[in-house]
Amino acid sequence: MTDVALSEGLFGLDSPSARSHPRWMLAFSFWLLLYRRTWRGSILSTFVYPTLYLASMGIGLGGLVNRHVGTHALSLGGVSYLRFVTPGILVASAMQIGINEASWPVMSAIRWQRSYLAQCATPLRVIDVFIGHLAWIALRLLFACAIFVGISAGFGAVQSPLSLLEIVAATLLGLAFATPMAALAALLRGDEAFSTINRLLIVPLFLFSGTFFPIAQLPGQIQFVAELTPLYHGVALCRSLAGGHLLVWSNLVHLAYLLVLSILGVVIGRRTYSRRLER
Amino acid sequence: MKRFGEFEAVGGIDFTISRGEVFGFLGPNGAGKTSTMRMIACMSPRSGGVLRVTGRDPETDGSEIRRTIGLVPQDDALDSELSVLDNLHIYGRYFDLPRKEIRKRAQVLLEFAQLGERANTKVDELSGGMRRRLTIARALISRPQLMILDEPTTGLDPQARHLVWDRLHQLQSEGVTLIITTHYMDEAEQLCDRLVVMDQGLIVASGTPRELIDSIVSKEAVELRLDPGDATGLVEGLGTLVDRVEMLGDRLCLYGKDGDAILERVLGLGIHPISSFVRRAGLEDVFLALTGKSLND
Repeated sequence: MTDVALSEGLFGLDSPSARSHPRWMLAFSFWLLLYRRTWRGSILSTFVYPTLYLASMGIGLGGLVNRHVGTHALSLGGVSYLRFVTPGILVASAMQIGINEASWPVMSAIRWQRSYLAQCATPLRVIDVFIGHLAWIALRLLFACAIFVGISAGFGAVQSPLSLLEIVAATLLGLAFATPMAALAALLRGDEAFSTINRLLIVPLFLFSGTFFPIAQLPGQIQFVAELTPLYHGVALCRSLAGGHLLVWSNLVHLAYLLVLSILGVVIGRRTYSRRLER
Repeated sequence: MKRFGEFEAVGGIDFTISRGEVFGFLGPNGAGKTSTMRMIACMSPRSGGVLRVTGRDPETDGSEIRRTIGLVPQDDALDSELSVLDNLHIYGRYFDLPRKEIRKRAQVLLEFAQLGERANTKVDELSGGMRRRLTIARALISRPQLMILDEPTTGLDPQARHLVWDRLHQLQSEGVTLIITTHYMDEAEQLCDRLVVMDQGLIVASGTPRELIDSIVSKEAVELRLDPGDATGLVEGLGTLVDRVEMLGDRLCLYGKDGDAILERVLGLGIHPISSFVRRAGLEDVFLALTGKSLND
C-alpha cells in the first residue's frame, strides 16, 4: 500500500472561503451538470413531440376544422385553427414538463439518488436546495418553451412579436404546477401517487382547459370549473399574447393567478422540504 | 436529545471530543448513533439539550459549521448517473470552491482513494468499497477539520474494509478529528482513541477501548460448548478463577485473568466440553456485559 502525500494540506481551515455565489446557485449547478450528462433522454419531449403535435393538431386536424368553420372563425378568435391551438399546446407541454420535473426528480433526490441529502451536508441550507432545484426547472421550462415557439414560427403559427412573451408566460405556468408538485413530492412515500395525479388531474386539465377548443363549447357548469383551473389561465394568457394583446385586464388576472399559485407552492414546499430533510 | 414524535431516539447523552482525536460511537442498530451523527453534522435539529460543534451552535451557525465538516453518510448518497470526477467536482462546488482549486484537489483525492484509474467511470459501475472510498474522498474536498463517518465499513468485504481502515489511519496521522459510528468491535478497537458505547439512545460506558475492557470485563475469556446438564454446579467449582459468567445462546462464556487456568480447572472437574476456546476479551464482551445482549442481534 503506498501512502499518498497529503501534506500539501488537504485538511485544516485553509480553504479559500471567499464566497461569491448565492448558495442556491450552487445547488442549481448540480442540476445543470446532471442535465449536461443526461440530456439525450429529453430530446423527444423537447423537440420531437412539439413538432408532432403541431403537425397533427395544427395542420391535420386544423385543415378539417378550417374547412368546417372557416379559416378565420370568430369562435376561434378570428384566426386559423393552427394559430388557435399553438398557444394551447405550448402551455399544455409546459404544464407537463413542470409536473414531471418536480415529481420523480424530487423524489429521487430524497429517496433514491439522495442528491438533496448530499447537498444538506454542505454549507447549503434546505431553502438553497429547494430554490436551486426550482431555478433549474424554470430554466428547463424557459428553454423548452423557447424551442417550441421557434418551431411553431417555422410552421407559420406565430403572428405577433408578443409571442416572445408567451415563452415567459408558459414558463410561469409550468412553475405554477412545478412548485406545488415539488412541495407534495417531498412528502410522498412512493411514486404511485404520481400516476394517480397524472390520471385524475393532469389528463383532464390537458383536455378541457381550452387547449384544443374554446371552453365556450363546454356546458355552462363545466365551463365555470374550467375557468378556475390554472391551465385555463395559462392558455388564455398565452392566446391573448399570441393575438397581440398585452395590456388588458384579463391578462393581469391570469398573471396574478399563476404568480400566486407559484408562490404558494414555494411557501408550502419550504415547509415540506424542511420536514423531510431536517428531521 | 432527539425525539421523533413519542419515540426518543437519543436520550440525554453527554460527551466531549477533542481536536485530532478518533472518537467512536459503538452500539447495535437502533442505538441512536445515526441520529447523533446527523445532529453533530448540523443536518438535524436537536429536540433538547446543548450541542456545540467546533465551538458553535448548530441551530444558529449550521451552514458555517458544515463548511468545516466532512460527512460520510451510511448510504453514500453519491450520484450514480455521474462519473467519479463529476461527483467530486459538484461537491466542491457546493462549498463554492473555485473550479481550478477543485481540479487540483480532486487529483490528489483520487490517488488517496485509489480511484485514479476510475475518474471517468460512472458511480453505477463501482464496487461497494470503491464507492465508500469515493464518499470519503468527496467529504475531504473541502479540507474539513472534522470528519464524521457513519458506519464506514458496513457491508464491505474484509479486503475492502482494511483498505478503508488504512485510509482512515492516514487521516488520523494527518491530525484530522474523526468521529466514527460502528457496530463492529474490531473496527472500534482498530481505529478509536476513545469511544462511547450506546444502547437505546443512551451512553452506557465510555473510555479508551483498553480501559473499557479492563474495567468492565477481565482480560481473557473462555467459551465452552457443553452437554446440557454439565453446566450445573460448574461455576461454583471454579471459585475465584472466574470473575464473570455469561450465557451466549448455547455457549457458556467465562471471564477471568487466566483463560488457560480456567480451562484446565474445567477439565480437572471431569467435564468435557464439546468445544472450547480461549481468547482475549474484547469490546464485544464489554457490550455483552453492559447490555446483556450481543451487538449484532
